[in-house]
Amino acid sequence: MNTPKMTSLQRVLTTLGQQEPDRVPFFLLLTMTGAKELGLSLQDYFSKAEYVVEAQLRMRKKFQHDCLYSFLYASLEVEAFGGDTIYIDDGPPNAGAPIISKPQDILSLTPPRIEDHPCLQKVLEIERQLKAKVQDDAPIIGVVISPFSLPVMQMGFEGYLNLMLNQPDLFARLMQVNEAFCVNWANAQLAAGATAICYFDPVSSTTIITREQYLESGYQVARRVLPQIKGPTATHFASGRCLPIVEEVAQTGTMIFGISTSESLGELKKAVHGRATLIGNLNGVEMRRWSAEKAEAEVKKAIAEAGPGGGFILSDSHGEIPYQVSEETLLAISEAVHTWGRYPLDWAAA
Amino acid sequence: MGNCSLDFEQQKISLLNALVSMDTLSARTILTQPYDPCTPHQVVEQLVAPALEIIGEGWEKGEYSLSQVYVSGRICEELVDLILPPMHQSRRYQPKMAIAVLEDRHMLGSRVVYSALRASGFELAHYGSQTVDALAQRVEKDRIELLLVSTLMLSSALRVKRLRSLLEQSGRQVKIMVGGAPFRFDPALWQEVRADACGSSAAEAVDFAENLLKELQ
Repeated sequence: MNTPKMTSLQRVLTTLGQQEPDRVPFFLLLTMTGAKELGLSLQDYFSKAEYVVEAQLRMRKKFQHDCLYSFLYASLEVEAFGGDTIYIDDGPPNAGAPIISKPQDILSLTPPRIEDHPCLQKVLEIERQLKAKVQDDAPIIGVVISPFSLPVMQMGFEGYLNLMLNQPDLFARLMQVNEAFCVNWANAQLAAGATAICYFDPVSSTTIITREQYLESGYQVARRVLPQIKGPTATHFASGRCLPIVEEVAQTGTMIFGISTSESLGELKKAVHGRATLIGNLNGVEMRRWSAEKAEAEVKKAIAEAGPGGGFILSDSHGEIPYQVSEETLLAISEAVHTWGRYPLDWAAA
Repeated sequence: MGNCSLDFEQQKISLLNALVSMDTLSARTILTQPYDPCTPHQVVEQLVAPALEIIGEGWEKGEYSLSQVYVSGRICEELVDLILPPMHQSRRYQPKMAIAVLEDRHMLGSRVVYSALRASGFELAHYGSQTVDALAQRVEKDRIELLLVSTLMLSSALRVKRLRSLLEQSGRQVKIMVGGAPFRFDPALWQEVRADACGSSAAEAVDFAENLLKELQ
């Protein structure tokens, strides 16, 4: 017997409770696609809250997916710290020159105040408007970059790795500043209307640092930060691996793991063992070349591996659909989820 | 070049352990001891390059992290400069090489490949972050034969196709090897953008340079 139709929020809450909803929830984490939807350049699109709100609502209706996404681009937080953003025509805006040019600059760094920065206020405005429109029909996903991963944009990856390995005092001071900002920024978004916060933490992934390094650094940061965020959080590794640190990530209090296409959904599902929900792991880079048949096959494969029993949200593995992915492909993914994602998943057990 | 008959297996394991533990001191002890009758070049080829290759391949499989790949490369680069200085006569004849990051400020991947190549006895220029047009001009001006292009974003990866066209227009025969996240997540992408090869690890860049060297000799 099929479960009665649920709202997107009910569907997501049910799967988070490790129960089977009416169908597998799916999130299209659409950012740049909104500009195409409105026929705007990326720079114009990201310039006004109204554009993003309009596009998010239109895209949810078109693709029939289960969330609204208030994330604009990663370097927005660095803008608040005094950095620049460089726009390109067909890809995510990128951080400009590092704001920390030498490690000693960390000593004078202070957490930006949310109310002082129009770029942050714009995101809060998006969340307020989305909340007014959808109320409790669908979750609104806000985003923070983890204090532990933000320095890649603040000072460059190489400089940051060297800091982490060789200058523990300055590293600790940088974490202190970033943590204060991250907690305020996450809570401001929740207060504005975000339902949950996606905590992007790719540097904690074992693709980037060893498990031992994670236990001494990213794990400690997450354990300090996540309990201070006054709402549910999802930890997203943005295409990085996390299987070797599953136990510890679960202990940080996060409810959802954003996982890579490089890891097996089935294996991760066994490892989290009902303690968290998985979100992933369609290959966003390859998606650009998918036919409708390929999209259907990939959706079926993911649902079969992780769908049974709930605790799964279908999405891409990076936390952002690339600009180059066509509307036809997104529609094909949607159709496949609506066809094959209905619980009970008898076909998957067969 | 003399006959190098030493078996480096035990030293390779020791060096590998030192590198993945980020233990510079032990790595230095292993690399700076005499290995008569082998030349420094043979030591690099038979001891350093294989150890780095194991680490690079291990990263692809999820056995090692990028921080270990990065630190290993830097340690070896520094130590190889000691036993085989940049102007040393046994630095081999090699293709004119450069590495660049396309339209991005994320340099770490290119730094890892740069270190691995230098630690394997190659010399190359690091152009930093470049636009397609500026890179094509620089390759032409420096008469580069092997260009390594690192990308982080899909949009940058797709621009390699235009880089190839610009280099063809200039008439230069340049081998292009690409690497970076978009190429790892889409194994068919390097052919679509008309690169000559794709390196999913620094070790593969070293292999490609070695093979090109053989072709040119």
